[in-house]
Amino acid sequence: MKALVAVKRVVDYNVKVRVKSDQTGVDIANVKMSMNPFDEIAVEEAVRLKEKGIVTEIIAVSCGVTQCQETLRTAMAIGADRAILVETSEELQPLAVAKLLKALFDKEQPGLVFLGKQAIDDDCNQTGQMLAALADLPQATFANKVEVVDGKASVTREVDGGLETLSITLPAVITTDLRLNEPRYVTLPNIMKAKKKQLDIFKPEDLGVDVTPRIKTLKVTEPAKRSAGIMVPDVATLVDKLKNVSKVI
Amino acid sequence: MTSLVIAEHDNATIKAATLNTVTAAVKCGGDVHVLVAGANASAAAAQAAQIAGVSKVLHVEGEGFAHGLAENVAAQVLALASAYSHIVFPATASGKNIAPRVAAKLDVAQISDVTQVDSADTFERPIYAGNAIAIVQSLDVIKVLTVRTTGFDPAAATGGSATVESVTAVPANDKAVFVKAEIAKNDRPELTSAKIIVSGGRALASAEKFNEVMTPLADKLGAAMGASRAAVDAGYAPNDWQVGQTGKIVAPQLYIACGISGAIQHLAGMKDSKVIVAINKDAEAPIFSVADYGLEADLFVAVPELVAAL
Repeated sequence: MKALVAVKRVVDYNVKVRVKSDQTGVDIANVKMSMNPFDEIAVEEAVRLKEKGIVTEIIAVSCGVTQCQETLRTAMAIGADRAILVETSEELQPLAVAKLLKALFDKEQPGLVFLGKQAIDDDCNQTGQMLAALADLPQATFANKVEVVDGKASVTREVDGGLETLSITLPAVITTDLRLNEPRYVTLPNIMKAKKKQLDIFKPEDLGVDVTPRIKTLKVTEPAKRSAGIMVPDVATLVDKLKNVSKVI
Repeated sequence: MTSLVIAEHDNATIKAATLNTVTAAVKCGGDVHVLVAGANASAAAAQAAQIAGVSKVLHVEGEGFAHGLAENVAAQVLALASAYSHIVFPATASGKNIAPRVAAKLDVAQISDVTQVDSADTFERPIYAGNAIAIVQSLDVIKVLTVRTTGFDPAAATGGSATVESVTAVPANDKAVFVKAEIAKNDRPELTSAKIIVSGGRALASAEKFNEVMTPLADKLGAAMGASRAAVDAGYAPNDWQVGQTGKIVAPQLYIACGISGAIQHLAGMKDSKVIVAINKDAEAPIFSVADYGLEADLFVAVPELVAAL
């Protein structure tokens, strides 16, 4: 079966972003961009299923600006077989991306769709669930372990208080949590090979999807700053401060 | 204008996150109804009716709701959705799992992790690991929200007198089946609602040391235990203890970070705590920039000393 993996180009997770002075957003000009860390885990999981002979072809998909091609090349260097870019300069919100992925799901008919549990820029944690709803598929979010047997996936999920295991009928949508796997490093030969792999480009109109934003960002502000703290010389002073100044114990 | 709050419960009792969610729903304006979908959940429904500010409880019984499967709960919410202006979930693992499914079927955008309700259609939410706050306006008729519980005070669990109405269950989906749960047994307060949290990082170096050093401190303070991602990934602590952008978001009265450097992803999960204490032997650790009290010391010496001094 085919696997579809959605990847997003985001500000690198090590970068501390700054809010623009006109409060229209965060400043991402000249900032290092990378593949969303959860998406790397998603690609890695698809590649491992291919190595086990369960998945036959991996299609990486990204939606956004032209530069997302770099993210797709990275996915192909990890092991995706080909890639699709849905190119638009419009701001894409999760509902729009879910609709684009639904259109590609219908076109490609994969048995599994992998996404990261959330993107580290908008912190939404919605797209996988929305795709599952639109395509009427079962979902397993926050996956920690995935086993595919006889047209079903047994997925262990990270939930509040521990772990939970579900059995879902394929096709299905799985979103990855941090501990699902350790993504491999891409090697130079694989980066070179990835340059030769097929990358198709569509526009949202080609897929018949309206991507107009449904949420208007009025303003983006700095979070409230914490007032500067003090360094204490020893444990006794610390206990005294907590008991008598802050009165928290 | 009426809001529907989707209660989080274990069929017997309502979970604390539901109370904060009710407060957020009240701020959206209008009446607040609570949906309790479960199996043998009449006790939970009765408890929901006691929450101050709730005017009606909708109680649905069905085996498919026993474990809160997203497919079944979302279908049930959709069957009721047209009567509501706001559909509000707690931003817990369960709420995050279900809410986007509901929104997509209604063809509306969903707003995640709301920390403040400015008006019936305008909300505040953190983005980029809490490094920026976005003020967003929903252009949709029905607003589907998940609420960051630490952003809102809990509603009083008693004092309300809502009517409980039984609702017909929608048929269960058979494409997703619950198999089993491994829920950690824990006598400590729940991490997200604890008044005090003691949290350990990679510096603890092993699961045994983590337990040996951190447990007495947590016991002494009656605190919940947390951990950084590094400590969880290294297997020193279970993964549901992870505090941070992609783990639990906490805001206790007192947060004690031991051997945690303070990566932005960790700070995103705890920087709204009232008082933050950092114990770290690296004076340059970023955690000291948010700590009210910083102690530059080896935690293997300082933490036992702290336990003795309390």
